Amino acid sequence: MNIIVFAENQDGAFKKSSFEAISYASQIASATGGQVTAVSIGQVATDKLTELGTYGADAILNYQDAIFNQFTGEAYSKALAHAAKNKGADLIIISNTYSGKMVAPRVAAKLNAGMVSGVISLPETSNGFKVKRMVFSGKSFAEVAINTSVKVLSITPNSFTIAENPKSPSIETMDAGLSASDVKTETIEVARATGKIPLTEAELVISGGRGMKGPENWHLIETLADTLGAATACSKPVSDIHWRPHSEHVGQTGITIKPNLYIAIGISGAIQHLAGVSSSKVIVAINKDPEAPFFKAADYGIIGDALELLPKIIDAAKAFKNA
Amino acid sequence: MKILVCISQVPDTTTKVTFTDNNTKFNTQGVQFIINPYDELALTRALEITEKQGGTVSAITVGLADTEPSIRKALAIGAHDAIRINAEPIDGFFVAEQIANYAKNEGFDLIFTGRESIDYNGGMVAGLLGEMLNIPSVNVITAIEIENGMAHLERDIDGGREKLTAQLPCVVSAQKELTEPRIPNMRGIMAARTKPLKVVEPTGSQANTQTTSFELPAPKGACKLIDAADAGKLIELLHHEAKVI
Ligand SMILES: Cc1cc2nc3c(=O)[nH]c(=O)nc-3n(C[C@H](O)[C@H](O)[C@H](O)COP(=O)(O)OP(=O)(O)OC[C@H]3O[C@@H](n4cnc5c(N)ncnc54)[C@H](O)[C@@H]3O)c2cc1C
Ligand SMILES: Nc1ncnc2c1ncn2[C@@H]1O[C@H](COP(=O)(O)O)[C@@H](O)[C@H]1O
Repeated sequence: MNIIVFAENQDGAFKKSSFEAISYASQIASATGGQVTAVSIGQVATDKLTELGTYGADAILNYQDAIFNQFTGEAYSKALAHAAKNKGADLIIISNTYSGKMVAPRVAAKLNAGMVSGVISLPETSNGFKVKRMVFSGKSFAEVAINTSVKVLSITPNSFTIAENPKSPSIETMDAGLSASDVKTETIEVARATGKIPLTEAELVISGGRGMKGPENWHLIETLADTLGAATACSKPVSDIHWRPHSEHVGQTGITIKPNLYIAIGISGAIQHLAGVSSSKVIVAINKDPEAPFFKAADYGIIGDALELLPKIIDAAKAFKNA
Repeated sequence: MKILVCISQVPDTTTKVTFTDNNTKFNTQGVQFIINPYDELALTRALEITEKQGGTVSAITVGLADTEPSIRKALAIGAHDAIRINAEPIDGFFVAEQIANYAKNEGFDLIFTGRESIDYNGGMVAGLLGEMLNIPSVNVITAIEIENGMAHLERDIDGGREKLTAQLPCVVSAQKELTEPRIPNMRGIMAARTKPLKVVEPTGSQANTQTTSFELPAPKGACKLIDAADAGKLIELLHHEAKVI
């Protein structure tokens, strides 16, 4: 298959999820034959662009018109559809980040392509084209067939490993033929927490619930997270009562995450909470109640008072990191 | 202001998900259906906007007759009228195409969807609608104000928050924090009985995707308990045994 991959950058550096997407595409191309073209949109230096070759991009299309200096669903989807037509692509792969979610459906509509979002498997192509995705916020999985000749997949971050498959890609500067009137949205201000790992992309997540007793105890969660290089999350009531920002709320009505490690501290393990986190590879529950439902969903558990246990775990984590 | 709010009906969040027909169909036996929580937020925010600056809010759903209680509830919460497109919502593309076909001649200034449905989690309808109607679409908004024909928005981005403006008409998808959902009161429920609910037949479009089977996650093995007195051992196990740090 001829594959187009959206190589998303943030401030000129490609995201980890972009390398996952290229590795994913490269595996499909190896199995089915065909080319992987990475599409970079916005300002990225040439030495950064060539990084895309490391993971299997055969070619790079570079859209760096000034119109792309701000991220907009309208302009970015036009560039991707332009690239897909230019290469006669039959498969477009986009990581399901917040930006990815904004562009992928617009690309699908432009190309009249069937789209599946939140994909967690390589496609099964022996009989048609099928992929697996999470449904019911992680309570189950579905296999979905795409019937159209051109297909769009948005893949779940952290679901595929980054694998090297070095190529020396050509880099072509592209013009999608956009004018200012094509864009009807305008970015006013972007605020990102600096030095923090975004929850949606984190491999390790430390999460607190009402059992943490109050926001004044969150320094324990943050210290453990900083020590291990993890992101922080919380249960719904914790964000509802403003102990933590809403953006940290995971679960069926919050963010669905799939990290390698999820440590749940003082969280009961309600069905709505588990829905958003149960696909994590390894789950640790820390709870003073031996009957807490979280222990049924966990790989490791500690029964005890979180406020007493956390300092010990932090000490061990620091010792481990310094070793 | 003429606002359209897309309403999907989903299983209650406490639902224990199971399947029938050889794992090809969701088992609706004993399942309570609700308005998708994000759609409820969208509806409430739409009402707040029209209460402040005038206008109407229409609720639309693509669904068979069994979705009528949810669309009636939208009317009870305060929508002025409702449209039900009488079809099984096969996939996001089909749903968006039906809504776009209805909306294209109605002159809506603003269209709301939810961030995603909590059953299918597609998160696709807002973007598809925007493209089909050739207007901007902005996802996961946490704030919206309308001023002089312009939507002032805040939205979640990876690792942060963004402020932006969008020209009307546009499509936005509601994220938590947008507002607090409203609960219908007795007066609203009574009024809903006489509000217009139009049933429209679908226009021929085909689904591009098809869910062929479902699968439940493999059950977890037993949880390995670590003695509280030796809590630091967790780190060692995560490194040597689980190999995740
Ligand atoms: C429509 C709907 C949607 C929802 N969506 C979500 C969702 O997306 N995400 C979500 O998280 N929830 C969601 N919920 C809420 C969910 O049902 C639970 O109420 C919530 O997850 C409980 O949060 P919690 O575990 O932090 O608090 P609690 O239920 O209060 O549990 C606190 C836990 O901490 C333990 N504990 C107390 N003190 C200590 C201590 N000192 N040390 C260690 N442990 C201690 C207790 O034993 C208990 O297990 C939803 C609910 C509804 C109705
Ligand atoms: N059958 C439907 N009828 C009307 N709106 C829908 C329907 N399905 C989804 N939507 C809207 O699209 C949003 C995203 O749904 P989804 O793409 O399924 O995650 C929902 O929050 C609704 O606002």
